[in-house]
Amino acid sequence: MLPRYILRRLLGAIPTLFILVTIAFFLIRIAPGGPFDAEKTLPAEVQANLDAKYNLDQPLIVQYVRYLGSVLRGDLGPSFQYSDFTVNELIAEGFPVSIRLGASALVLALVFGVAIGTIAAWRQNSRLDYALMGSAMTGIAIPNFVLAPILILVFAVYFGWLPAGGWAGGELRNMVLPVIALALPYMAYVARLTRGSMVETLRSDFVRTARAKGLPEWKILGKHSLKVALLPVVSYLGPAAAAIITGSVVIEQIFGLPGMGRYFVQGALNRDYTLVMGVVIVIGLLIVVFNLIVDIIYALIDPRIRYE
Amino acid sequence: MDTRLLAGCLALLVAALTGCSGPGDEDAGPTSPRWNLPEVVYTADGLPDPSILAPVQILHRGNGTQPQGLDPHITEGVPSTHVQRDLFESLVVRSPDGRIIPGAAERWEVSDDGLTWTFFLREDARWSNGEGLTASDWLFSLRRAVDPTTGSRTSILLKPIGNAEPIISGQMPPEALGVRVIDDYTLELTLEAPNPLLVEVLSHSIAYPVHRATVEAHGDRWARPGTMVSNGPYRLEELAMQSHIRLVRNPYFRENDRVIIDEVYYYPTEDLAAELLRYRAGEIDWTYEVPNTQFNWIEANLADELVISDWFGTYYFGFNTQREPFNDPRVTTALSLAIDRGIITTKLRRFGEQPSFSFTPPGLDGYDPPQPEWAGWTQQQREDHARHLLTEAGFGPDNPLSLEIRYNTHEDHKRVSLAIAAMWEQVLGVRASLINEEFRVFLATRRARAITEVFRAGWIGSYLEPMYFLELFHSDNQQNDVGFFSDEYDNLLARAARTPDPGERFALFQKAERLLLETQPIAPVYTYVTRRLVKPYVRGWESNLVDQHPTRYMFILRQDPVGEGDG
Repeated sequence: MLPRYILRRLLGAIPTLFILVTIAFFLIRIAPGGPFDAEKTLPAEVQANLDAKYNLDQPLIVQYVRYLGSVLRGDLGPSFQYSDFTVNELIAEGFPVSIRLGASALVLALVFGVAIGTIAAWRQNSRLDYALMGSAMTGIAIPNFVLAPILILVFAVYFGWLPAGGWAGGELRNMVLPVIALALPYMAYVARLTRGSMVETLRSDFVRTARAKGLPEWKILGKHSLKVALLPVVSYLGPAAAAIITGSVVIEQIFGLPGMGRYFVQGALNRDYTLVMGVVIVIGLLIVVFNLIVDIIYALIDPRIRYE
Repeated sequence: MDTRLLAGCLALLVAALTGCSGPGDEDAGPTSPRWNLPEVVYTADGLPDPSILAPVQILHRGNGTQPQGLDPHITEGVPSTHVQRDLFESLVVRSPDGRIIPGAAERWEVSDDGLTWTFFLREDARWSNGEGLTASDWLFSLRRAVDPTTGSRTSILLKPIGNAEPIISGQMPPEALGVRVIDDYTLELTLEAPNPLLVEVLSHSIAYPVHRATVEAHGDRWARPGTMVSNGPYRLEELAMQSHIRLVRNPYFRENDRVIIDEVYYYPTEDLAAELLRYRAGEIDWTYEVPNTQFNWIEANLADELVISDWFGTYYFGFNTQREPFNDPRVTTALSLAIDRGIITTKLRRFGEQPSFSFTPPGLDGYDPPQPEWAGWTQQQREDHARHLLTEAGFGPDNPLSLEIRYNTHEDHKRVSLAIAAMWEQVLGVRASLINEEFRVFLATRRARAITEVFRAGWIGSYLEPMYFLELFHSDNQQNDVGFFSDEYDNLLARAARTPDPGERFALFQKAERLLLETQPIAPVYTYVTRRLVKPYVRGWESNLVDQHPTRYMFILRQDPVGEGDG
């Protein structure tokens, strides 16, 4: 059943992606200004040559069909801005960075968020609970671009323990601060979600039965309640994963990381049509895959859900 | 347990935050005993004495946005040119203080009519792969630069060379370019008209040589690690997009024995606040810029590392004179007079920018930008005159002038535009509304000259000549966004371009600029400065008007232990 379900979901994603590509393609072309516009204007002949080189001299609809064709062949075209590179090359370099960053942040947010939420629910309305949930509210409220510079100031500038920026091929010490900065707001949100549903679960009958049977507290929390309480967290996972990947732009910029997010922003500012499109397609694909994974996990946890 | 850790972290963050903004006794950057550097001593041949040098000579430079690429003929933008300056050497180069000096050419001769320039090339010039560099390499490179199929964005700079303009516009083949090989080490350039600016132009990256075999073998993709061949003090070792570019010493460079820094890193640093943090953490030795908003903090804590120097550029506002009422010089002059430039430079910019009343910035040897008469007045006098002019033009309390100020989205431009709008309102009763647009949208609107009324602009010279500024308002110039059309002005520029004598030429430029300022199609506001942080152990460079600082002249001083921990 499972493979067929996955296949069907993936096939179902094709029209979505097609619409995404189409809308993105025409939207970015509507924006005034072209990839070769700068403060200094180009001589007409040079402009014509550049346009011809990148097929910009043809009607938009022809460009669109050509672009779709090359995307189907897996070729995202040359970058307009970084003329030494193709979009495939740029994404091949940036994608692993963004994924490593995003996945680490997601795991961190999940593990700590769930742990904190569970503890808070277990000691509901205690000082510990208030302290934890208070911190979580703060965590949600502080945006990335405020948190990241503070982390750098403390751990890189004052204590000198960790680097203030750079990727260095993905070394652990370079990842610590950006991953924390990226994960904290999500961690806080996961903690609140977990606490909420955990509090409810702990009041339910089967937990009372388990307690009456004399099961140890860690077994009640960890085995029985958590499995039920995690459902809302899992459904939050899809949007969270997408938000972390697309939201890493700010973090990448502040820490000077060579991820995909910066191409998105720089590409849009530079009217680097192919680069923006490439990133849109990759992110679109990612979101489709994430949602699929979440649905599968959901069904694994909750026996009431079947793949149909 | 995790909870306490988290709470602890938060407490720490808060403490650090408050600690750094207050006058903390140990946290605030210790200023005096921070560095212990040896005195700079030079040997007889002008190199720093080896005893003062650090054992590791690696320089880390912040470099703005990610460079477009490294092909000197195709790319443009300041970040690219900074890297290319280390990778290539043109016929002429700039000294640390910004003067033109011989580079790959040992010397040159100019014929009496000023039309033929003969460059005598150094016989020890080599490519980074060890091959010799001869006159035919220069011929190939210059032809490639002007060939419209190359797609160069800066080729028009080479227009003083014979036939360059018709070639760029596709009317002649690149072979028609006025460049000739006399022998392996003699190159002859023929000009359209006598043009003393030629050497300024030749220092630009469009005139860098490229290695024919490499370009032909790898096409668009030659300027990448592993394939790139260049002729400068450094060669490309690593290019990690959005991360760093690493250059290492080119052992074949003719003056390799005078180059001290072994490796140089360039980091893309669009986020200036983040760049500042990396500088403070010791990861960057030389910043691209400093954030305007952090002036107070820098002034208080890093004043002796802050380097501010005059730059060859003007920040101004333009009026679309194709639109009513900005076709009336009384209106534009009144608006220009009512701008209190001193407030903008002392309260808003604050990095030592100088109020400006002319378009060409000061600092050129022999050229004094003409000043309008009212440059010497008090601001009160200017405002009185402004009110008088605007009333004369038919505007007053019952008929107030309303206008739009357009700027490209940026906090700094917003602040200046807001201030100017307030001045206009206060002094002249003008109703000004502000419109911001994303950069490329802004450029497109400005160029169309249709809906713009007042717009923000800036112009920074790539080479040191009034022409670079004044030609912006030539009738045929595509970037004449104010719509200033004057035959007299065009004629003056044309005559100046043909006049070899600097004194006479500058007199013509002055006449032209005076004509331009007479109707005030632009309101110059201030002269740009460059501002960056440089670690005190980086030496060998000097401030200059063009903000060009090749790594080849720099060196890193030995650091002796300081009493307390370093910063």
